Amino acid sequence: MNGKTLSLKPAVNGISFSKHGAAIIFILLMILNGIFTPNFASLGMLRNLLLQVFPIMIVSMGMTIVISSGGIDISVGSIMAVAAAALAKNLGIGIFPAIVIGLSIGVVFGAFNGFLIAKFKIQPMIVTLILMVGGRGIAQQLNNGYVISFYDHPFVELGLYSISGIPIQVFVMLLVIASVFILMYYMVLGKYIQAIGDNLRASELSGIKTFKITIIIYALSAFFASLAAIFETSRICSADPNTLGRFMELDAIAAVAVGGTSMTGGKANVIGTVFGALIIQLITISVNMNNINYYYSLILKAVIIIAAMYLQQFRTKGTK
Amino acid sequence: MKVLNRINSMEDKGVIAAFLVLFITATVMFEPFFSLLNIMNILRQVSMIGIVAIGMTFVILIKGIDLSVGALVAVSGVLSAYFAGRSMVLAILLPLLLGALLGAINGIIIARYRIVPFIATFAMMIGARGASYIATDTKSIAVPMTAKAYSKIGRGYAGLVPVPVIIFFLLLFIAYYILKNTSFGRKVYALGSNEEASLMMGIKVNRVKIAVYSISGLMCGAAGVILTSRLGAGQPVAGMGWEIQAIAATAIGGTLLSGGVGGVKGTFFGVLILGMITNMINLQGSLNSWWQGIITGVLLLIAIIVQAQEGRRIVSLS
Amino acid sequence: MSDFLLKMTGVSKEFPGVKALNNVDFYIRKGEVHSLMGENGAGKSTLIKILTGIYTKDSGTIELNGRQMSPQNVLEAQAAGISTIFQELNLIPDLSIAENIFLGREPKDRFGKIQWKKIYVKSTEALKDLGINIDVQLKLKDIGAAIQQMVALVRALDINANLVVMDEPTSSLDDNEVKVLFKVIRNLKERGVSVLFISHRLSEIFEICDRVTILRDGKLVGESLIRDISHGELISKMIGKDSESIVSNKKKAIDFSTKETYLTANGISSGIMLKGIDLSIRKGEIVGLAGLLGSGRTELARVLFGDDQAANGKIEINGKKVSLKHPADAIINGVAFCSEERKAEGIIPNMSVADNITLASFSDITRFGFFSRKKQLQITNKYIKQLSIKTPGANREIKFLSGGNQQKVILARWLALKPDFIILDEPTRGIDVGAKSEIDKLIQSMANEGISILLISSEMEELVKRCDRVAVLYEGEKVGELQGEELSVDAILHTITAGHNRKLQGANK
Repeated sequence: MNGKTLSLKPAVNGISFSKHGAAIIFILLMILNGIFTPNFASLGMLRNLLLQVFPIMIVSMGMTIVISSGGIDISVGSIMAVAAAALAKNLGIGIFPAIVIGLSIGVVFGAFNGFLIAKFKIQPMIVTLILMVGGRGIAQQLNNGYVISFYDHPFVELGLYSISGIPIQVFVMLLVIASVFILMYYMVLGKYIQAIGDNLRASELSGIKTFKITIIIYALSAFFASLAAIFETSRICSADPNTLGRFMELDAIAAVAVGGTSMTGGKANVIGTVFGALIIQLITISVNMNNINYYYSLILKAVIIIAAMYLQQFRTKGTK
Repeated sequence: MKVLNRINSMEDKGVIAAFLVLFITATVMFEPFFSLLNIMNILRQVSMIGIVAIGMTFVILIKGIDLSVGALVAVSGVLSAYFAGRSMVLAILLPLLLGALLGAINGIIIARYRIVPFIATFAMMIGARGASYIATDTKSIAVPMTAKAYSKIGRGYAGLVPVPVIIFFLLLFIAYYILKNTSFGRKVYALGSNEEASLMMGIKVNRVKIAVYSISGLMCGAAGVILTSRLGAGQPVAGMGWEIQAIAATAIGGTLLSGGVGGVKGTFFGVLILGMITNMINLQGSLNSWWQGIITGVLLLIAIIVQAQEGRRIVSLS
Repeated sequence: MSDFLLKMTGVSKEFPGVKALNNVDFYIRKGEVHSLMGENGAGKSTLIKILTGIYTKDSGTIELNGRQMSPQNVLEAQAAGISTIFQELNLIPDLSIAENIFLGREPKDRFGKIQWKKIYVKSTEALKDLGINIDVQLKLKDIGAAIQQMVALVRALDINANLVVMDEPTSSLDDNEVKVLFKVIRNLKERGVSVLFISHRLSEIFEICDRVTILRDGKLVGESLIRDISHGELISKMIGKDSESIVSNKKKAIDFSTKETYLTANGISSGIMLKGIDLSIRKGEIVGLAGLLGSGRTELARVLFGDDQAANGKIEINGKKVSLKHPADAIINGVAFCSEERKAEGIIPNMSVADNITLASFSDITRFGFFSRKKQLQITNKYIKQLSIKTPGANREIKFLSGGNQQKVILARWLALKPDFIILDEPTRGIDVGAKSEIDKLIQSMANEGISILLISSEMEELVKRCDRVAVLYEGEKVGELQGEELSVDAILHTITAGHNRKLQGANK
């Protein structure tokens, strides 16, 4: 590179709102809460935030992968329920085999999503809608409709385990974030996923096996949903096929949208999603702690998704 | 002969055949199935989802999707319950208006602000559901016992036929007429079949879209009123999962998810198929209610795979 | 008053980096069938798009019936009396013929009910006027392409068109359908309606048109009555032949007979586009594919790259039969393909120059799923330098680069793969002159390194300049091969015309 070509256009560095918007909003929310919400600024609070954001964070990581490939997965909540049910049903044969079974069943469901999308070229939303509804029925069938509780089973220790006071969920979260970060930015698979989301046809012509990769994408999303389900099940000591993971798709999509990943595919913003997930959870917590009806947070999240997507249009327009 | 001709019309053939097979199977398998009482019962049970599915058919015909229908049923049902004791007219009109208004907002977000339909209506689903929880403090709003006339909407009979069934059939007929015989109806098909060409042919595409989502909202309002009247209470949890049922009924009924092809006649049979399956699960006795979800999912899966294959066949032919 | 219906004077249009139309005058008389001719990038489609309101002109005037106009969109153009029958038909496939004619302006009764009988009767009559008898209740998608065009035409005429623009109306029609269409066009002429008829099939131009305007490189090169011009003259005007410059620009002949054969394709057939084509290429040889639009050039390339599957025929690479079911299969066999659709099929817009360059060859720099960023940058910088790609850096998103530099990046993507064979489909289209000559040199240096090249171009002069051998296609068949002394623009033209004549004779028999 010579100086002449470098001076053509300055590279866009520094802080740009599209890249760092989520982090800025998160910090603002933290400050506002610190001022207005009683008892907000405390270590216990931080611990709570990190514990509660866990499922959203893990599922949003999978959702970031899916959305950056130009797809969507609204079956994540139901897949959580299925994985939890499969795990709970098999706890009798040992904790480790039960976890493996839970994860594998989740992954199979995800692969099924990917297969239908790649094979029949059906919109991802419709395909995953099928499992969103059917999956919950399957979870109920696995549990015979009951909530399976296991307060005295050693499995509950998994969710309560902590290392020098830091809950295990925090470590899992960091591991998952790091893995997805590495996958999307340092591994070929991540490049392929984003290439498919950006220009499917050009990717195909460059020799990328889009069929196989589509299956992997949805299997990964389901894997992360199942992983979240396992820790949640352990933390709340029960597997509830009805409520586990309900509205999780909303939270995850909101986290990804707020985080700055392009909803039309092509560019994953993994760190943005991290802050996006934190923001979504922070909204829930602030609403709770200020004794505002929880359901206001639903409306707020709905508005956030629409606003984030609307703003994204301008960004993509501006660069084209 | 006329019946035969009608069956021969391409789009509905599959669903009507499926309906007949299921009907005969049910008649043979379950003795109580084929009785006027049971059949009226099925019709009444499907009438509300059926009304929602009419709106969904409009939406899917323009290649859209409306995930907010269940929540809109809930929010308008709750509003209806609030006014049921005071004024029957308001208890009917306001929910209809609210439904249409929220539907119009869906349409505006989709048409003007170019947010993809499923995200826009997904947000509406969450927002409207949240609103109905807030309005009711998550409790049911009871309809006063004194609202006798109001309770007829959901519980009354005209002779042997339940009132909700009459309303369902009436709306079905109106929708059928609009789609078949009015300029607006044909624009709905045109838009779903080829949006760009519709634009080129001078159709005000955005207006049609907003109208279609408003119709879907209006249908939810109607279903909400009937449901509240029938249950004697406005429930914020009402209509959970109705979006998938309505989508499934529409898809099974032969309306293509890729838009432009189909209609409410097919949706009617799609709704009946779902209703008969529920009925059979009940009659069978040992199957649990969650099978409904699984079976709906499987039926939707079959419907879209058939549609995808059909679409590919057409492409390869041309 | 003149007898001109349309007068476009001094029309110019510029796109970033390309002057698509440069001060073009274009006149159409009342009641004539006029054709606009020119190869890809001549400005033909830009002119039509300005006329029909899809683009707006930068400068110049448009007069229709003596009145100034400047349509901002298709509807405005339509209202002014210009109706277009687009190549991609703008009709509703799932509605009936009659509805397509009346959509949006149906006669209704007091209750808003559409008067179906009236619609059916009127549309049946309208089609009958054009000599077509058909059940107007059939769905549009269930009728042939020709009738579909008639439907579009009836709709256009019903909105009172003075000028009907037909953009490649015959491209999907068979011979009989074309006859029907021509009957209708003559019918229109008698009614005093002017027709702008675009087709890449010369025989059709000579059969139906009264007058022709020829564009090249965005400039007007001539206008003539059709009876005053010969096939050869027309083609050479379109292509801009200057016989002296061709001779001097011709590539030096190399004898390839001793070189090994790299690829042999036998009897490649696929649908109506490819009808049993044989082709072989030796190592380091540059073979050109010449032919007019729609001759099957791109289709053949796609089959050789495994993007389409041939219905019949076999492909051998280095003497071994290969089965190419996916581009990945071709890539493994050392084949690369640079599509003519740079935007739709080439660039990954939001990815960096580096990612775009290494996209097809990631496996070379990857271990255990991780790619080496260092190696990626090495490769990228090597090609940025070698092809002098102008970019602020390897990490710049490709969408910010100019067309020519994007094209170089795509070429680099394929070069990085170290291919044995590369198919280049219109590699210099839409690129400025400077970048063009660089890409020219690049192609030659690839061949010098032993890479076999299949070059597709609609600019015959360039084929003569760059290729060792040129295979000429006409309507899905190979009608000749030219090399060495016999290779010249004239010879290519002659071969095409001969192929055309042979076809005519075949049809007349």
